[in-house]
Amino acid sequence: MQLARVIGTVVATVKSPGLEGVTLLVIQPLDRHRQPVGVQLVAADAVHMAGPGELVYFVAAREAAQAMPDPFVPVDHAIVGIVDAVSTLGGVTP
Amino acid sequence: MKIGRVVGTVVSTINVPAFDGRTLLLCDLLDPAGTRAGGYLIAVDSVGAGAGETVLLLDEGNSARQILAAPGAPIRTVVVGIVDSVVEDAATVGPGTVPATRTAGHVGKARAARRPASRAAGHAARPRRR
Repeated sequence: MQLARVIGTVVATVKSPGLEGVTLLVIQPLDRHRQPVGVQLVAADAVHMAGPGELVYFVAAREAAQAMPDPFVPVDHAIVGIVDAVSTLGGVTP
Repeated sequence: MKIGRVVGTVVSTINVPAFDGRTLLLCDLLDPAGTRAGGYLIAVDSVGAGAGETVLLLDEGNSARQILAAPGAPIRTVVVGIVDSVVEDAATVGPGTVPATRTAGHVGKARAARRPASRAAGHAARPRRR
């Protein structure tokens, strides 16, 4: 799992069966200092509460689909939690 | 599996139910010599590792779900061990290169107390049997 910032939403009317009602968000993966790293991704929102601007963590690969109500959906990145705080050896950062 | 160092924890109240009651550790990835290899992973703890410790990371979902006894959980990365030392070509290259006296402080008092005296003395110094 990695940290990411939600930066947008994706609206799609025509979707693969099983993706109806799934919120798709654009996320920017972050390094542990919260600097953007890598390319932006589209991730399914498995917590149903994430929105643009929020710091989240996401899981990739097959495990992403496991986060969905139907685990046999074409999803390869899923947001599985919203970060309250990251406490590191240097201190706590909200 | 990968070698990492726990550099912090991630606190989250809104998450998928599979993460309820689990500790998320922020782990830097290391090369066998113990230097940062670049990148990090957020892993679910299964051994009680703490900040500063060198750990063994499992980054594969099926095994992760078995270890945590959580079938169907969207979990892929798990801390499955705490590294005492890394030996490469009969020479200790990893965290074990630190002097044996550092061991007690390095692993924390609680764990050092549980550890047999022979291990606390630093088995890194012992010659490898062949």
